[in-house]
Amino acid sequence: MESLIRYAPLLAGGAVVTLSLALLSLALATLLGGLGAAGKLGGGPFLRTLALAYTTVVRGAPDLVWLFLVYFGGQRLVNDITGALGLGQVAVTPFLAGVFTIGMIYGAYLTETFRGAYLTIPRGQTEAAMALGLRGLPLQRKVVIPQLIRFALPGYGNVWQVLVKATAIVSVIGLQDLVGLASDAGKSTREPFVFFSAVLLAYLLITWVSQTLLGLLERRAAAGFADAR
Amino acid sequence: MHADLVILNWHLFASGAWMTLQLTFLALAIGFSIALPAGLARARRVRVVSPLINGYVYLFRGTPLLVQTFLIYFGLAQFEWIRGSWAWTFLRDPWWCALIAFSLNSGAYGTEIIRGAIVTTGKGELEAAWALGLSRRQVDWLVLMPSALRRSLPQYGNEAVFMLQGSVVASVITLQDILGAGRTLNARYYLAYEGFLAAAILYMAITFLLVLAFRGLEGRYLRHLRPRGVR
Repeated sequence: MESLIRYAPLLAGGAVVTLSLALLSLALATLLGGLGAAGKLGGGPFLRTLALAYTTVVRGAPDLVWLFLVYFGGQRLVNDITGALGLGQVAVTPFLAGVFTIGMIYGAYLTETFRGAYLTIPRGQTEAAMALGLRGLPLQRKVVIPQLIRFALPGYGNVWQVLVKATAIVSVIGLQDLVGLASDAGKSTREPFVFFSAVLLAYLLITWVSQTLLGLLERRAAAGFADAR
Repeated sequence: MHADLVILNWHLFASGAWMTLQLTFLALAIGFSIALPAGLARARRVRVVSPLINGYVYLFRGTPLLVQTFLIYFGLAQFEWIRGSWAWTFLRDPWWCALIAFSLNSGAYGTEIIRGAIVTTGKGELEAAWALGLSRRQVDWLVLMPSALRRSLPQYGNEAVFMLQGSVVASVITLQDILGAGRTLNARYYLAYEGFLAAAILYMAITFLLVLAFRGLEGRYLRHLRPRGVR
């Protein structure tokens, strides 16, 4: 127990790594999810097929397999490119590989979340806006997007909760996140049970805080709806 | 690209696939046998038991499977009294640790699925059964459970895919599953991606078959819920 207190500052640093990895991955996933949903909803045959291939292939294989492909295969690819251009070595770090992999995977899930939310917006909403003379970007920004956010938030929150837990795998390629550091600390103190239990509690804490914040956000996004909870 | 090395070492992937399938299906089966009584107890809000199950579900659904597996495989070895007990023959073995972790994890997700299916049972279905004079036990096993289990099929299909893909954690604790085979291949021949690519394709194929299998089951057992005129 006292070893846990001794290692607390180190583990706090690991938690910061875990959270920044999760937040950056979420940002990339949101971008890819937006593009994917736009491709599936408004793209031509080519873009639609591309988006469908993206969501199907990415969700077909486990996260750790993608992580290895990105980390080891990606390094090879980067080496080939820098070699052909006559540049120096560029290292693919575990952190970068993690952000890319997790962002890519959860972008596929968010594609479906955004697409579903868009399809939930009643048709009359856009029709009414168009009757008032809105079109193009202002129509999207003033009428579509605010409602999209309301309908997408519950699904978005679920994806975030799963994404945070998925970041644990990046410790396998050597990232010193919460799991990686606890693993090392457990070995050197010979108290692995204590440290892995602490990690479980830390994840539960993150889940719980996220749940509370997401509840607040959902209430805000649903302002003005009597049935909203 | 060295596809020839993958083909030459096909037996690594064959035995890896066997390991993956074994762990996945055993974990799903054990998980289901935890989920069935636990889900029922949660739906009925059985005193004392229900909050305990709730804690179990919250713990296993709120934390990464990787850390759960580490806690069992590396963590339990910390205690002298465990290493001295009969349980150590199992707990020193990565295969048993993976199976225990996966089963408990799948059981937690399954509990929520079963609970959800039970509480959303149409009231009329149960009232009709009572009106026919069925006993409480008969209502449970002849009406409630068959109906709830059928309706839980789509979500249980998702859980099966989730468990299959989650089983890669086994390769992290030295087991030679599909991903383990890919890692071995890459290490042996200094390859960057061929082994992982082969593993990805294998996982995709199994995921696809699993989805098809559940779609077949749904077509059979949820036929009565399909809208009229839709085939």
